[in-house]
Amino acid sequence: MSTNGMTSWAVDLKDVGAIYPFQGWEVVLVILGFAFWIGWHIVQTRQENAEIAADMKADRSGDETRSAIDRYY
Amino acid sequence: MGDQLNALTTIFTEFYYWVTIVIMFLIHVGFCTYEVGVSRRRNHLKTLMKNAMAIPLVTVTFFFFGWWIYFAFPNGPGIMGGLIPAPFAEAWNPLMGPHLSGVNPTETGVTPADALIWHRLNGVFWGAFLLFSITTASIVSGSIIERARSGAFWIIAVLLGSVLWILDAAWGWHPQGWMVKLWGYHDAYASGVVHAIAGGAALAFLIVLGPRIGKFRADGTPRDLPPHNTWLVCIGLFLIYTGFWGFYAACNIPLISPATIAGQITGDTWTATNIYLAPTTLSAITFNFLMALSGGMMGGYLISKGDPFWTFSCGLCGVIAASAGNDLYHPIQAMLIGAIVPAICYKLHYYVERRFKIDDAVGAVAVHGYGGFLGVVVAGFMLWGQPSSPYEGFAHINPLGNFAGACLMFLLGFIPTLIACKIMNGMGLLRVPAKVELEGVDFAINQAFEASVREVGTAEKAMIK
Repeated sequence: MSTNGMTSWAVDLKDVGAIYPFQGWEVVLVILGFAFWIGWHIVQTRQENAEIAADMKADRSGDETRSAIDRYY
Repeated sequence: MGDQLNALTTIFTEFYYWVTIVIMFLIHVGFCTYEVGVSRRRNHLKTLMKNAMAIPLVTVTFFFFGWWIYFAFPNGPGIMGGLIPAPFAEAWNPLMGPHLSGVNPTETGVTPADALIWHRLNGVFWGAFLLFSITTASIVSGSIIERARSGAFWIIAVLLGSVLWILDAAWGWHPQGWMVKLWGYHDAYASGVVHAIAGGAALAFLIVLGPRIGKFRADGTPRDLPPHNTWLVCIGLFLIYTGFWGFYAACNIPLISPATIAGQITGDTWTATNIYLAPTTLSAITFNFLMALSGGMMGGYLISKGDPFWTFSCGLCGVIAASAGNDLYHPIQAMLIGAIVPAICYKLHYYVERRFKIDDAVGAVAVHGYGGFLGVVVAGFMLWGQPSSPYEGFAHINPLGNFAGACLMFLLGFIPTLIACKIMNGMGLLRVPAKVELEGVDFAINQAFEASVREVGTAEKAMIK
């Protein structure tokens, strides 16, 4: 048993194709990869919304903001 | 024609490795930048020098004995045989200097066959392995900033960079290494042989050294000691990423014929190989390096909620985690491994910090130690049953072999470093006194600087008309 179908390098390399594990599962891998990418945007957006909401609640008086502007932050 | 092709291949290989060495130097620019960025202002210069001086110290010791260890110890010795003669790697051998392909009548210890192979390759192979060595040593440096004595680190740097890591490379990162032959150990881009061993060493150093003053509250909970310049830290990590390209390329043999490999491969198709002389391509590692890096950065961004330090660190950890199998993974596999392992390492870093009061200033134990360890373990499952070598009679890649190998790598860094640190601690050589730590290790340098500024300022003001 071998995860890429090869159990020996006693071959002529010109006859060898893909050497990655679990060949035949490429579509599943792409779906998983896609899910990771889309999921990343969803979670990131939620995190950023929460961060912005916290920023909105902060510094109601505006003092720290004025101080940051004065310090050219 | 055949001779000309061989000569061209040799010169191409020489140039290839030379380029990787130059690129790998960026790793050390990155390490220095990164550590200085993490340290507080009163510790900058000693922090810089602590890391930078690992470069010459590991270089000279790697010349004296490190390079020879790699070729002499693949059998253990005592596991599969004795020491292997490697005269071309002995510091006094004429091939450890400028040499052409012949043998002078007065030369001793040089065979025509060794001269033919090594006259152009010895220096660049030595240099490439040396840069791996310095990287391994440098990984420890960041963890221990602001309280470790520089001299103590430099002793550990030599121990790790010129003895321990190259010993594990002889065992598990050499075409004839006993771990490869007997265990089917596979670690193509050094998750274990560089990163796990360095993480193990860093953890041992930290256990004996103790945390920085102020790191833990009276109730034992940790305080955040933020980097003084997070932007500089991230640039440092960016530079490490860049240097890592050279690291990856240097782990390959760029061009070799099946006849030269002299294994089981048939036919006439020339190929690039990994360190075990098994076929791979630069395209494979380009796909997988970038996808693992991306997985690590994306995963790190989410797990750390966008923290720049950890997003960049997790990118590095993603590459490290996929490195053991990045010659063979599919790019999406590399991406997913690169995303998941760093998230685990991030959680482990804070767990270990809280539970065991370990103050790792840069998270090196997590990024390199846990990331490298898990990367080797994952490769054992992902590549199960595949040939570990082009030679006959080698064990196939398997989970048990890689798990045992990962443990061995981590412990080979941990145990000798623990012993060495305890000895130095007993001699009062490991840590600066509390007064010096509070003043900052740059205190004398800063005092001299301020005195000079005052004197020059006074002199210049006196000249104003």
